[in-house]
Amino acid sequence: MCSLQTILDNIELQILTDPQDYTEIEIHSGYTSDLLSCVMTGAQADGIWVTLIANINIVAVASLLELPAIIITENAQPDAATIARANREGIVLLSTPVGSYQIVGKLWELGIKDLDPNK
Amino acid sequence: MTDQPSVSDNRAGVITRVEELGYELKIGQVMTTKVVTFSPGTTILEALDVIKQHRISGAPVTVDGELVGIISTEDLIRALRDGRIDRSVSTYMTKDLITVKAIDKVVEALKVFQKTKVGRLPVVNENNKLVGLITKGDITNGLLTALQRDYQAEEIIRYRASHLFEDIESDRTSLILRYRIIKDDFVNGGAASNNIKRALLRLGANRQIARKCGIAVYEAEMNLIIHTNNGGFLRVEIEPHKITIEAYDDGPGIDDIEKALTPGYSTATEEIRDKGFGAGMGLVNIRSCVDEMTMKSSKESGTNLYMTMYLDKTES
Repeated sequence: MCSLQTILDNIELQILTDPQDYTEIEIHSGYTSDLLSCVMTGAQADGIWVTLIANINIVAVASLLELPAIIITENAQPDAATIARANREGIVLLSTPVGSYQIVGKLWELGIKDLDPNK
Repeated sequence: MTDQPSVSDNRAGVITRVEELGYELKIGQVMTTKVVTFSPGTTILEALDVIKQHRISGAPVTVDGELVGIISTEDLIRALRDGRIDRSVSTYMTKDLITVKAIDKVVEALKVFQKTKVGRLPVVNENNKLVGLITKGDITNGLLTALQRDYQAEEIIRYRASHLFEDIESDRTSLILRYRIIKDDFVNGGAASNNIKRALLRLGANRQIARKCGIAVYEAEMNLIIHTNNGGFLRVEIEPHKITIEAYDDGPGIDDIEKALTPGYSTATEEIRDKGFGAGMGLVNIRSCVDEMTMKSSKESGTNLYMTMYLDKTES
């Protein structure tokens, strides 16, 4: 578990949404998939989601699952409506040119290992 | 909040609830109305006594309620330095006054505080009569009180909702939520499920139940958006002991229900898959979230999906 601020300090990510107090956002676990239904079953609340999808549906899914942040990989760019909706829902959208595999590796090194005792 | 810059146009999209309140609340709602005032003839000595007694750092000077000046600790120190404690406050008071109006919004006072560095501002009504004083502390208190009110309002909604079933007596009480889902409306996809989840939380359902129900409804909602001819409807019936969710549409119907329930089987097009759908896990997810699921489908009457969740076992 670590704060979103720690993630931002250690991984080069572009913040697409309005600024928030990232020290207050605790990331408990992580999940990666580009299929929304898999995220629905796999992602835990308060987890960070790494995906290539950049369309508006990711915000609806994150909101429903209470995922505070999404890392969009390989420079996929969400449109303005997606960013606006994320701002409304308080979800942090982050962007990176590198692939999901590398991002997940870095998150793992930061100690986010998706070890949910309830799983 | 004292160092907060005022809201400019390029920050307009990032307005927080506190800033919003700055635009909603009026100065008159947060100002101090019990104000110690002096008349111009009050002597410096008298003023010093009063100021010491009330532990204030200055006071407005009025004539018949009309503001004519303000005397601050600094002004009093000047009088002391000059050794003129017998003179009236009108000699030393500041006459060049910055005031704010009671009907103006709090944000106007914040702007003045920022520009002028004064600690307190006299508040006047439309006839320029003094009606109060405002400090940054008053604004902070006012905003906190308003935030607290917001919070309590949500608490009250929650309380009322969670007692709904106890307060209303009938042989069978239920709350029915209905949503029309429009074909291909990906932009609003998830809106109904989010609303249903919030309603359940307000009704006092535990988070796990609300989450599971949200996921099941989301999958059903997306199925209506993606796979129907004309969209469809969601109907959620909430009863004290169970939730029944129904999703129905008017076509085209599912050819092979057995196959549709197979994990990984999908009829989604390439375009839909690019959006992240079409994992072939939607119905599988629903089945794992709800206690019972049945589906009927035909080319003539479309597809009806029934889901039931029982609340007794896990309800808090």
